[in-house]
Amino acid sequence: MNPTMIPIPSAWILYLSAVLFVIGAIGVLLRRNGISIFLALELMLNSANLAFASFAFRFAGASATAAHALNGQIFIFFIIAVAAAEAAVGLALFIAMYRRKETIDVDRFNILRW
Amino acid sequence: MVTYVFLAAAALAIVFGILAIAHRSPIINVLSLVVVFFALAAIYAVLGMDFLAAIQLIVYAGAVLVLFLFVIMLLNIRSVDRLGSGRRLQAILGALTSIAIGAAVVVAIATLTPAQGAVAPGSQGGTAFPIGRSLMTTHLLPFELVSLLLVAALVGALVLARKETR
Amino acid sequence: MWADAIVTLIKLAVVIGVLLTTVPIMVWVERRGSALIQDRLGPNRVGPWGLLQPVVDAVKLITKENLIPDGVDHFLYILAPFIALAVALSTFIVVPFGQGDGLTLFGSKIHGFIVAPDLNIGILYIFALAAFGVYSIVIAGWSSNNKYSLLGGIRSSSQMISYELAMTISVVGVLMASSSFRLDQVVMAQTGTWLGFIPKWNVFPQIIGAITFMVAAFAETNRLPFDLPEAEAELVAGYHTEYSSMKFASFFMAEYINLVTSSALIVLLFFGGWTLPGLTIPHGWAGAILSLVIFAAKVAFFLWFFVWIRWTLPRFRFDQLMALGWKVMIPLAVVNFLWVGVAMALGIL
Repeated sequence: MNPTMIPIPSAWILYLSAVLFVIGAIGVLLRRNGISIFLALELMLNSANLAFASFAFRFAGASATAAHALNGQIFIFFIIAVAAAEAAVGLALFIAMYRRKETIDVDRFNILRW
Repeated sequence: MVTYVFLAAAALAIVFGILAIAHRSPIINVLSLVVVFFALAAIYAVLGMDFLAAIQLIVYAGAVLVLFLFVIMLLNIRSVDRLGSGRRLQAILGALTSIAIGAAVVVAIATLTPAQGAVAPGSQGGTAFPIGRSLMTTHLLPFELVSLLLVAALVGALVLARKETR
Repeated sequence: MWADAIVTLIKLAVVIGVLLTTVPIMVWVERRGSALIQDRLGPNRVGPWGLLQPVVDAVKLITKENLIPDGVDHFLYILAPFIALAVALSTFIVVPFGQGDGLTLFGSKIHGFIVAPDLNIGILYIFALAAFGVYSIVIAGWSSNNKYSLLGGIRSSSQMISYELAMTISVVGVLMASSSFRLDQVVMAQTGTWLGFIPKWNVFPQIIGAITFMVAAFAETNRLPFDLPEAEAELVAGYHTEYSSMKFASFFMAEYINLVTSSALIVLLFFGGWTLPGLTIPHGWAGAILSLVIFAAKVAFFLWFFVWIRWTLPRFRFDQLMALGWKVMIPLAVVNFLWVGVAMALGIL
């Protein structure tokens, strides 16, 4: 693709990321089912990725060096790796929780509450 | 052209994002999230981050969400609670907080300097070569740490999900 | 611009046409091949050697009653076969199928025999799309409201995740050796010979990787000995138990199209694509057609190989399948990848 194509304002990408973040946050805060909370969390992580993508471009044009421009993408790469690790552990946790109580409703796991 | 692709992907991401957190069937939730991730991959692709788009699909759609489906099927969860079906106050406060955070972010974005704000799509080296080089030189330490994290997660997941034998 | 679009459309039409015609041919080969291996006659009533049997099968499937069982999740139930077919058809666009460099059609460059020549992520695209293939099986299993289907879906999801790892790691060695994700460049790196007679195919230095990839390909395409998601002796028909007529045919077609893609990948990654030792393929249309024929012959061999294995080996047990995937295939793939790295560092490869 050639760079002379009509550009996308990078703020649009940020706005999209903000909207997705809010959707994810509502999901995390308003659901009680463990798996659903987890899914919403994945959405929030991805909205953060999108913000990184947007900033990678925002600062790529001005501050010149190519390595600098890649930093945003490298960050997304690491976030994806961390998200994968988090999903594996989290889902294993839900399986263990389900074994114990036959439910993954997070409100039912309150024995640490005073 | 690029703008239209972006707008279509953004609309898709928002609609299916809402579906992903609001629908009562967990399978529909996961599948909607697949569509969202696909839309995000499309955005990365039009921005010229080809490698990232592929990784996004392989890791998220190919592994993480399949794992979700696997667990949902294993636990046989046919439907989940409605959005905000918990305590009324908790739901209202949660929604308000989220929207407040969102509003704050939007205001912050609006006040950003618009100067270098335009994205020329495809102007970046988004292919595997520069990213690989960068991971092996500048970002070598975090890269190695991530591998450590993945091993820890693997062992942790095994220990947690193991059947308790007594 | 327009000429490019037309050329791409022609290539797309040819690829889809060829893929869809391969399906009935493969059905015939499978049925006659199984008969040959099991010392039976096989279909021989319709046409010479039963050659028209697939046509009759297709007519039967089309005219069959389109049954939707009670209690299924309608939307997902109908969506699943669509996903299967769509994914199967769209993976092939990054697969080069012959040497078509520098050729022109109607005065416009055709950029090689590959539908999407500009996609520099090449094989990653195939892995990314193949990841969607598992959804069709899982959705089919879930939405059918049938315990056997559900078991098939669960088995499929864990099997796919496990073998995808082995598959991806085994490809890493090839990608390192050819330092590109693009399949045409992978083939390019395999031209020539070692010592004058051993073809420079990846299968020779990377035999372990080749074996791992092939085993993983069997698992990813749900073929015997790894067809646990549809094991007919245990799960009736697994994830497609509740499917009939054209919806069943979609799964069926997707399976055979995936088979073609897998065979093409094996040929491109490990068996030198359209290269043959001691043969320099000339430029121009003659060379292009020659390379097409060589490639098709190699793919045909591996298609037969899939049939051959299917009717020779018995099915694995599910725990054996998982143990093989995690404890044998992934370590072997890592060994291959380490060996390639060391060999490249020492300058052997």
